[in-house]
Amino acid sequence: MASVALSEAEKVYIMHGVQEDLRVDGRGCEDYRCVEVETDVVSNTSGSARVKLGHTDILVGVKAEMGMPKLEKPNEGYLEFFVDCSANATPEFEGRGGDDLGTEIANTLYRIFNNKSSVDLKTLCISAREHCWVLYVDVLLLECDGNLFDAISIAVKAALFNTRIPRVRVLEDEEGSKDIELSDDPYDCIRLSVENVPCIVTLCKIGYRHVVDATLQEEACSLASLLVSVTSKGVVTCLRKVGKGSLDPESIFEMMEPGSPSGQGQGSAHLFSRPSFPSIHLTFLTD
Amino acid sequence: MAGLELLSDQGYRVDGRRAGELRKIQARMGVFAQADGSAYIEQGNTKALAVVYGPHEIRGSRARALPDRALVNCQYSSATFSTGERKRRPHGDRKSCEMGLQLRQTFEAAILTQLHPRSQIDIYVQVLQADGGTYAACVNAATLAVLDAGIPMRDFVCACSAGFVDGTALADLSHVEEAAGGPQLALALLPASGQIALLEMDARLHEDHLEQVLEAAAQAAQDVHILLDRVVRQHIWPSPDYPLLQSGPWGCFSPNIPRVSWHRQGWYAPHFMLRTPQLQ
Repeated sequence: MASVALSEAEKVYIMHGVQEDLRVDGRGCEDYRCVEVETDVVSNTSGSARVKLGHTDILVGVKAEMGMPKLEKPNEGYLEFFVDCSANATPEFEGRGGDDLGTEIANTLYRIFNNKSSVDLKTLCISAREHCWVLYVDVLLLECDGNLFDAISIAVKAALFNTRIPRVRVLEDEEGSKDIELSDDPYDCIRLSVENVPCIVTLCKIGYRHVVDATLQEEACSLASLLVSVTSKGVVTCLRKVGKGSLDPESIFEMMEPGSPSGQGQGSAHLFSRPSFPSIHLTFLTD
Repeated sequence: MAGLELLSDQGYRVDGRRAGELRKIQARMGVFAQADGSAYIEQGNTKALAVVYGPHEIRGSRARALPDRALVNCQYSSATFSTGERKRRPHGDRKSCEMGLQLRQTFEAAILTQLHPRSQIDIYVQVLQADGGTYAACVNAATLAVLDAGIPMRDFVCACSAGFVDGTALADLSHVEEAAGGPQLALALLPASGQIALLEMDARLHEDHLEQVLEAAAQAAQDVHILLDRVVRQHIWPSPDYPLLQSGPWGCFSPNIPRVSWHRQGWYAPHFMLRTPQLQ
């Protein structure tokens, strides 16, 4: 993970502030930074989105290509994730330096989408066992200022919302050979429903309290974090503890209490009251 | 591609440009706060981002430190979604390594490396969308990023590509024109002196035509210089003629922001994006 060198005095300062519910930039422990989401930024992809969460900058491009369905799921298409931590974020990511972090994030994304409800994969099927749409979701990390998982999950959701998959028809002629025909109208396309796509909320434990949306400095002070992937309906699709420290079992439920509303707010219920998030849900409703 | 006319009888190219006309160029400096210098450029549909870190201490082995000058380290990376067909690896493949070396050669000619002995300057270029002329876009973006970082250079480095079709030299090739298979010349120029920092040509070209193509590329690079110069001046001293680009997400990126086009000069129209103030 991109890291920043902090002195002991700075760490103590941050921790004392967090105990009093006051962070370095004036936020409370459960406040997010201002999020900017923009879709349709790269024109030669099927869908794209850019998310700026403070100084964390993520660009996601989705490309839809035709492929063979997987053997165990012949009626469904699938998603492939790839995360590129570019050297723009920090010189440590040059060459293969960013590969570890990239694989970790990609594996987390596979995990959170590994359920029946997140994306309706049956709409991606063209003809069973032969053709299906494969969505290659490519995440590009441009600038890193903490809280990567949250920003990436928002960007992936926005990019999937923006994805336009051309409508195809399968024509079968007398010999039995199948031909795939693309419709003439370039605007005739399938859109995915992203209602149930989860968003990740990272809760970092600093001292005895936890903070949401940690900056790079705050992540350097925290020993353990909890990643909760939650949909707008409050369904938790993935729960993961990261970091070299340890978490108390009771504190996990304590952290989940507000954590679940934060994530739902990145989609739903409780956190609609938080000013920074309703805008994200609304942008997905309009176009 | 059979049947695709790269240059019509009236002298128009596939996208409606004239032979020596550049694509629309929009550029912005200082897009990232954390890097020492950064810049973003759009040349038509080719979008490139450059970030500069340095001069700082040599990372890795100290043995690589040069006693009398700085080490310039370049990495070229193109996003997997940048090309029409999805790329598997953003960097590390041969083409990216070669581009990195070419960028390094170009910038070692321009940066005053003697002023920073035993240190390292990192230039990272990212191509977000590739529609021909990626090397030129990268060099132009990197020049702006190096200037944004405050690293002293001899001169701007301006680059442009050129080709040759039906007896006419074309400047600033798009992907369609590059894929057609004709000769392509990439030129990086130091405009004030006219010195060439990098010259590369692919495919066959008769030597009688070489001068014409080189001349077209050099003229295009000079035109790019005028634009980049204006971008730098506008970034440092916003004046009433060129109002300050409001800070926000890469001003010239979003298609939804109202565009204001400024007066045309010659063949190209330098467009600068004005942003409405962010509403919270």
